[in-house]
Amino acid sequence: MMASEAKAAKGHIDLRDIRVSFTQNGAALDAVRGVTLDVKPGEFVSVVGPSGCGKSTLLNIVAGFLKPSAGEARVDGLPISGPGADRGVVFQQYSLFPWLKVRENVEFGLKMQGMGRAERESRARTLLGLAGLLSFENHYPDQLSGGMKQRVGIVRALATGPQVLLMDEPFGALDAQTRVVMQEILTNMWQQLRLSVLFITHDIEESIFLSDKVYVMTARPGRIKAEIPIPLPRPRTAEMTSSPTFMALHRQLKALIREESLAAMGGELKEGGLGQDWHLGEQGVGAL
Amino acid sequence: MATAIRMRSLADPPVAGAAAAEAAVQPASLRNVEEVMTPPLAIKRHDVGGAPPMAPAIAQPAMGARLLGRLRTQLGSLALSVLSIGLLLGFWYLGTEYRWDFYIRFTNVPTPGEVYTEFMGLIGSAKFQANIGISLGRIMLGFCIATGLGVLLGLLCGRYALLKGLLFPALEVLRPIPAIAWVPISIMLWPTTETSIVFITFIGAFFPILLNTLHGVAAVDPVLIRAARCLGAGEVALMTRVILPGALPHIFTGLAVGMGVAWVSLIAAEMISGQFGVGYFTWEAYSLIEYPHIVIGMLVIGVLGLLCSGGIRLLSRLVMPWQRVGTKENA
Ligand SMILES: Nc1ncnc2c1ncn2[C@@H]1O[C@H](COP(=O)(O)OP(=O)(O)OP(=O)(O)O)[C@@H](O)[C@H]1O
Ligand SMILES: [Mg+2]
Repeated sequence: MMASEAKAAKGHIDLRDIRVSFTQNGAALDAVRGVTLDVKPGEFVSVVGPSGCGKSTLLNIVAGFLKPSAGEARVDGLPISGPGADRGVVFQQYSLFPWLKVRENVEFGLKMQGMGRAERESRARTLLGLAGLLSFENHYPDQLSGGMKQRVGIVRALATGPQVLLMDEPFGALDAQTRVVMQEILTNMWQQLRLSVLFITHDIEESIFLSDKVYVMTARPGRIKAEIPIPLPRPRTAEMTSSPTFMALHRQLKALIREESLAAMGGELKEGGLGQDWHLGEQGVGAL
Repeated sequence: MATAIRMRSLADPPVAGAAAAEAAVQPASLRNVEEVMTPPLAIKRHDVGGAPPMAPAIAQPAMGARLLGRLRTQLGSLALSVLSIGLLLGFWYLGTEYRWDFYIRFTNVPTPGEVYTEFMGLIGSAKFQANIGISLGRIMLGFCIATGLGVLLGLLCGRYALLKGLLFPALEVLRPIPAIAWVPISIMLWPTTETSIVFITFIGAFFPILLNTLHGVAAVDPVLIRAARCLGAGEVALMTRVILPGALPHIFTGLAVGMGVAWVSLIAAEMISGQFGVGYFTWEAYSLIEYPHIVIGMLVIGVLGLLCSGGIRLLSRLVMPWQRVGTKENA
């Protein structure tokens, strides 16, 4: 118990003035520009935005896969130097090792830490039990449904006891019903473990339902367009999705994202040489 | 640490349905305007006693019928196989029995009967067994070295572009040269005939194994490598626990192809350099005009090749048990 309380103070993600540029066909293009983002210890923060605005890019920076071209990226005050077990990652694609059984997948990170076999096994079994997956511990990933695979993915990311959980559209490939169940499972886990979550999604409702705070990004080059605190009480219940506060937040976020999606598509249409001029983008932002 | 966690499992009653039912009895204050204006829905819930827990093993309906159907198709294909081999033997028998001599000449070809009686006489001979043993030994040695080196280099070159850039131009020059073309230089290079034959067997197996391993490394899903790095895997663990198992299906393709080429190369080398082995036996039979032995040699080579590739298939099943689960479900 002491350990988990001490841990609650950790897991502070701090991105400041981040710029990421990729060179495409010899020209440098900004994917993300001037992004400042903050996830307090134990906070659940979502990032929403149109496709291609740089959400995954931001997550990859925090995960340590990508170095920003400019700006500072820190976790608990230390500059991020590479991927590590202190930050668990759940990917959009199923990323379980197909050659390992469910329990062996969960044990992977513990094995890397050099934990002994018996301890590893009991720890993995405890976590799998909590996720309702114990009867599947000896199954191979190919024998599981999509929702189960993603649950194992979450359990695997949590097994090493990270302070930060990074999730890139983890439920994007799941059907609506499974998604709802997964969201409840995730909130439950998050509330018990008190870790910081950076959650990326396309789904506005999902972002409101899960988060303490939602960042909305602009179309490419991605900047932070809005930072919206979600004042809904915890624990969140399914009924809350029809409360006036929820509806108002939903409308607000939807409007913000719609503008950016149109701007993104307008840009592409122009780039595609269709000659259409949508007169959106910067003007649209200002009109808000 | 995590003892207090309580989570809803998928086995619990469906959440969406429960939520809908609860929404219908919610106080009006919580609902928004649209919901108040629509009349409350009369939802009738059926008692299904909760969803049954998903059993790991799903019962297969109509097992008997499936087995019967399977048996029938297997009997059918067995009958076809027997017919096919029977036709081949019949053709051989007729050709040799009637001494067919019309462009292709069966005049000196031994009949199936002659081959059978000769074989029965040979099978106990120590010399014949030694020839088989020697060929198998050469295959094993050459093939194992090719596997070790091919997989190792394939993994390293697949992971480190610099090494690949350094090694591949040279290997690409050597690759199109068939193993048989290596025979003269190999005899000059190596101190004994034995080593030179093993070397040629190795050359035959090496390139298919190397190239397929390389493909296998390229085919490993990058997200798996990322996942492993997030879980704290270092470079060595990444190589042995992610890239190697991820490349295994391709590696086994390389092993199967490599085994075939190894046999081709071995037999050719044995025929040319002339010291023991089934290839040597077969060629010697021709020189000594022991024609039934030629056919025996051919058949033995065929059977040994078959056994070796069967062994590799068996090994691949043992080493990659996960490969079977996916296909079992849609079977
Ligand atoms: N390695 C790369 N090289 C060049 N451009 C890249 C690279 N990775 C990403 N980009 C570009 O950067 C932009 C942001 O990509 P990113 O994947 O972060 O978007 P996203 O918001 O996650 O999109 P989606 O919602 O579709 O997942 C895109 O326009 C993409 O084309
Ligand atoms: Mg993305």
